Amino acid sequence: MKSLEELKAIREKMQGKVGMRSEDSGQTRVIVGMATCGIASGARPVLNVLSDEVQKRGMSNVVVTQTGCIGLCQYEPIVEVLEPGKEKVTYVKMNVDKAMEMLEQHLVRGHVLGKYTLNETKL
Amino acid sequence: MMTEISLNILDVAENSTRAKASLVEISVLVDTRADRLTIIIKDDGCGMTEEQLRQVEDPFFTTRTTRKVGLGVPFFKMAALSADGDFCIDSKVGEGTRVQAEFRLDHIDRMPLGDISGTIYTLIHFHPEVDFCYTYRYDDREFVLDTRQMKDILGGIPLDTPEVAEYIREYLTENKVDVDGGAII
Repeated sequence: MKSLEELKAIREKMQGKVGMRSEDSGQTRVIVGMATCGIASGARPVLNVLSDEVQKRGMSNVVVTQTGCIGLCQYEPIVEVLEPGKEKVTYVKMNVDKAMEMLEQHLVRGHVLGKYTLNETKL
Repeated sequence: MMTEISLNILDVAENSTRAKASLVEISVLVDTRADRLTIIIKDDGCGMTEEQLRQVEDPFFTTRTTRKVGLGVPFFKMAALSADGDFCIDSKVGEGTRVQAEFRLDHIDRMPLGDISGTIYTLIHFHPEVDFCYTYRYDDREFVLDTRQMKDILGGIPLDTPEVAEYIREYLTENKVDVDGGAII
């Protein structure tokens, strides 16, 4: 059994190292729809992979959060990217692989990945 | 339809967080001798009126304004009833809501439990303002994850700090295997 003792060790190690996260306006927000429609179509792994990868790469300018139903249930899982000063980009029918590709191209390199966006998708 | 029971749990627990709950208690109880899987999700959120409670199992009822159907609770109920189980919701305005779903474990139509540790991790990670008390029991063995306890130990260090998040993930997966011996449920 993993015990809470280990958590105490983490606290000792972390003490003083944790800065308050600034929610400043320069941050990019990545929002994953997590209502029934999103969850049923596979949003949980998409949300977790994005959050893990952003954490792993130390991308402090990106915040991954979740929201409820975006109103486009048939296109779930949906990931919205809100960059300050730019128009919102809505990615539809996402999965773990597409999410990783989006992170690499859009969040890291700054190129919107047209082939997965709502605007470019033939509806 | 959901493909895993753990996704139903995620969906219904999301409702708890939207109902402004400060504590959500989730129990996953596997009883192989009684051939029963019991799921309980209990919150101290805003609760529902008697009228809402009557409507909540109806797919054409939702509190949402973005669409006209609400399938979360009906999906969960259908999953339970199609596995020779039971389903009930109790709720009181101002006190909270309790959802209980039971399944016959070896029923051919019972969905797999799925990635329950992933569900609990997702809930904890993305709702830092809510406390979760998760109990996983397999016959006589169980483990509990209580975020209130963890927050006490951590002082001001948030649960979504990478090191802590990783610890929580391991805590969930390792202790689950210790409890159920790696059984596929």
